[in-house]
Amino acid sequence: MIAEAAGGTPGAALIVVLLSAALTDNILLSRFLGMCPFLSVSRQLKSALGMGLAVLFVTTGTCVLNYWLYVYLLRPLAAYGVPAESLKLILFIVVIAAFVQLMEMLIERVSMKLYYALGIFLPLITVNCAILGASLFMVNNVASGRFGTWQVLTYGFGTGLGWLVAILLMAGIRHRLRNAKVPPGLQGAGITLIITGIMAMAFVIFQGMVKV
Amino acid sequence: MTNPQQQPITRPGRAMLVQLWRENPIFRQVLGICSALAVTNLVFNTALMCAGLIWTTTMSSLTVSLMRNTIPRRVRVMVQVLIIAVYVIVVDIVFRTLFFETHKDIAAYVGLIVTNCIVLGRLEAFASKNRPLASAADGLGAGLGYSLILLSVAAVRELLGFGTLLKNTAWETVVLRGWEPGVYETWWRNWTIMVIPPGAFFVLAVAVWAARAWSLRQEAAAAKEARP
Repeated sequence: MIAEAAGGTPGAALIVVLLSAALTDNILLSRFLGMCPFLSVSRQLKSALGMGLAVLFVTTGTCVLNYWLYVYLLRPLAAYGVPAESLKLILFIVVIAAFVQLMEMLIERVSMKLYYALGIFLPLITVNCAILGASLFMVNNVASGRFGTWQVLTYGFGTGLGWLVAILLMAGIRHRLRNAKVPPGLQGAGITLIITGIMAMAFVIFQGMVKV
Repeated sequence: MTNPQQQPITRPGRAMLVQLWRENPIFRQVLGICSALAVTNLVFNTALMCAGLIWTTTMSSLTVSLMRNTIPRRVRVMVQVLIIAVYVIVVDIVFRTLFFETHKDIAAYVGLIVTNCIVLGRLEAFASKNRPLASAADGLGAGLGYSLILLSVAAVRELLGFGTLLKNTAWETVVLRGWEPGVYETWWRNWTIMVIPPGAFFVLAVAVWAARAWSLRQEAAAAKEARP
């Protein structure tokens, strides 16, 4: 969601897109996407950082690719009676899976060190709903005529950044929580959900900052 | 997830029951809540999501199980995701035709059933190794177990957040008439926090807590019973 209120220069509008994607519309805390890896990978700061960076990169890349495919392939085809709205789901998920696969191969060639750091998280990313979600919400904005390539690039980056920030915060909190006494039934997922709720409350406050 | 000493479960009815409660995907494994939490402030939207997920898990489990010997191992995740996507598109088209107004709100989340971890998890863990009937039952059980928790979360959120049940449908009932100055001078005030995202996390956390505490107590009692 982009604020028309920003008006003025295109740069300012892009900053609004970035801020609203990363903070007010945080894909994890206000859209609930990418919860599964968020709950399972946030135990350690280091793995949280690896996962977050991988998500950031893949979200940015696939958002732009999916945008081009949607605008230059699916929309023209819709004129010939192809059900673009239904097909976009299959197209997006294939693009994401292929992108992840390619990136894995590329990283393996370029840097073994990075491969070992990110390697195990890459296959998990295909089923991270935050990434498919970013593409699907991006299409909503494109349909209403508010997004071009640069906005989509910024939106994808902002979404990934928001997820990275959220998982880093959570990993930090869980690290501190190790010494806390938690009731047995609430340990693990339960307490993590409550903390996520409190974090979500904090992010709700941002909604007054950037008007959507 | 599964105990190595346990017998492999191959009977359809048993597979379904295990998924429904003992290995319930939500409070046991906390999986697949992504696409559902956002719609749980209204019971009707949640019911639609649950119906979509039950259909998708059951049918894709059945399909993957039927094809389990023909899918090449290397590309199996891709094939599974495509099978799921086909069933999700069916759900999407059916919802768009039957419930146009509600579909507008939940369209993006229906699409996200594709990446729901429950579906892919059941395909990987069960359907790709077992017979079709047992796999379909396993998928159905996982879907029902998910719906059980999510519908109760939605009922609590809608009741406290709007004071109604089944809002925006023909069966809408006002349980708690919310206080409006000069209109309804009642004691009840709607809780805004239940409508916005944080409410979902809190209610789900309490649901997970209650379910886990209950099963911990059961286990403790069973352990006591086993010891003479």
